[in-house]
Amino acid sequence: MPPSDIPATEGPQGVGDGSKDQPLIVFDQVVKRFGDLTVLDHLDFSVAPGERVTLIGPSGSGKTTILRLLMTLEKVTEGCIWVGGEPYSHMRRGGHLTPAGEGYLRERRKRVGMVFQQFNLFPNMTVRQNIIEAPVHVLGTSKAEANARAVELLDMVGLGDKIDAHPTQLSGGQQQRVAIARALAMQPEILLLDEVTSALDPELVAGVLDVLREIAETTDITMLCVTHEMGFARDVSHRVLMFDQGQIAEEGTPEQIFGEPKEERTKSFLRSVLDNE
Amino acid sequence: MFWDFQWTFEVLPDLLRGLGVTIQVTVVGYLIALILGLLIAIVRRIPIFGSVLHAVMEFIRTTPLIIQLVFVFLLAPSTVSGLTVGIIVIGVHYSAYTAEVYRSGIEGVAKGQWEAARALSLPGRRTWGAIVLPQAIRKVIPALGNYLIAMFKDTPLLLAIGVTELLTEAQRVGSASFRIVEAYTAVGLLFLLVSVPSAILIRRLERRYAAV
Repeated sequence: MPPSDIPATEGPQGVGDGSKDQPLIVFDQVVKRFGDLTVLDHLDFSVAPGERVTLIGPSGSGKTTILRLLMTLEKVTEGCIWVGGEPYSHMRRGGHLTPAGEGYLRERRKRVGMVFQQFNLFPNMTVRQNIIEAPVHVLGTSKAEANARAVELLDMVGLGDKIDAHPTQLSGGQQQRVAIARALAMQPEILLLDEVTSALDPELVAGVLDVLREIAETTDITMLCVTHEMGFARDVSHRVLMFDQGQIAEEGTPEQIFGEPKEERTKSFLRSVLDNE
Repeated sequence: MFWDFQWTFEVLPDLLRGLGVTIQVTVVGYLIALILGLLIAIVRRIPIFGSVLHAVMEFIRTTPLIIQLVFVFLLAPSTVSGLTVGIIVIGVHYSAYTAEVYRSGIEGVAKGQWEAARALSLPGRRTWGAIVLPQAIRKVIPALGNYLIAMFKDTPLLLAIGVTELLTEAQRVGSASFRIVEAYTAVGLLFLLVSVPSAILIRRLERRYAAV
């Protein structure tokens, strides 16, 4: 079913009024269904600029779908997503919001970067080409400049010597660090991290998390992170959202959620995750 | 039955001329099949138009090449030579097969590759040209190579529309002097002479690109 028109132009509360505390991302009554399955059920939440939010919850609770909606890999079924005070899943047309066209989405999603569970580096390109591809062909950055930036980013993720390697020559952890560098090369305002350490061998996880910690500390990039690494979530995030059945079951600071969760669902989820570690 | 070496060497120039035509048909026809097949594989992804195109290609694949050759030759204006008709028909015929090969290669590219391209906002042209097709084609080089050899072996069908390729030439010189065994044996050897090195070359390509 296609997303329907919404007869509102001003958006949800707090959006578009130009105030300084305006949220960067707003989910306004977002519904996402796959066939009969409702993955997100009238979801409302917002993220402030520079905020780092971790999404936790059992698998199938809709966390990854939130990231995929923000990356425009999926379309909302109902409701609207706003980014930077402007509609994101929709566009304004004649006083109404209509589902965004492909051209609009391509333009808007340049502010958003994503790192995937399976890395998804382009295997037919070298590490360097992977990183400069989008800056050169999307942002129109000169090759020389993109190259210089690629060198910087690779140094930051500790892979300066791998610039001319092919992804297949790298370990999973190294590939994921390249993928992080590739996402950052587009200088996104929002970075989406989708279970970025889940596909890695245990001994490679720390290296990737260290890189992400450094990014969190040294930049003001807004991060949405789906992870099962509770230690990392506690260290890095400002806020933790516990999802269950397409809705937010509980939210709070990492101290609240991990220290004294209120909801039974949160408690049992945290128990099951910690048992596995 | 006896074997006349001297006669065989005498007709060799005629046979080689025929081989030249065979190779010409194969090379040009194969280029058509490679390029047209790729275009078909891409266009087939467009919803309605793609289904119609698929039906046409299915028709071409399920009818014999020799009938297509004769049919088009009879319909074509008399100014168009049999050789031209032969090259075009064999190229289009094989493009129906190469399109399927490309399609399987394109479908074999991981979904994550498309998603990564989308996440980087890459335009469609780059997504296809720099990411999807290089990976897809690499995987199908062996299958494409097999069609080169299959096409080469199908060129004698051009006999049906009077193109003097290798087999026609052999038939001509063979029946003129009643030395059919020599003529056809020479044809077989000449075909081998081309297809064996081609097969080796294809296997090399295969090995070179199999790495990724």
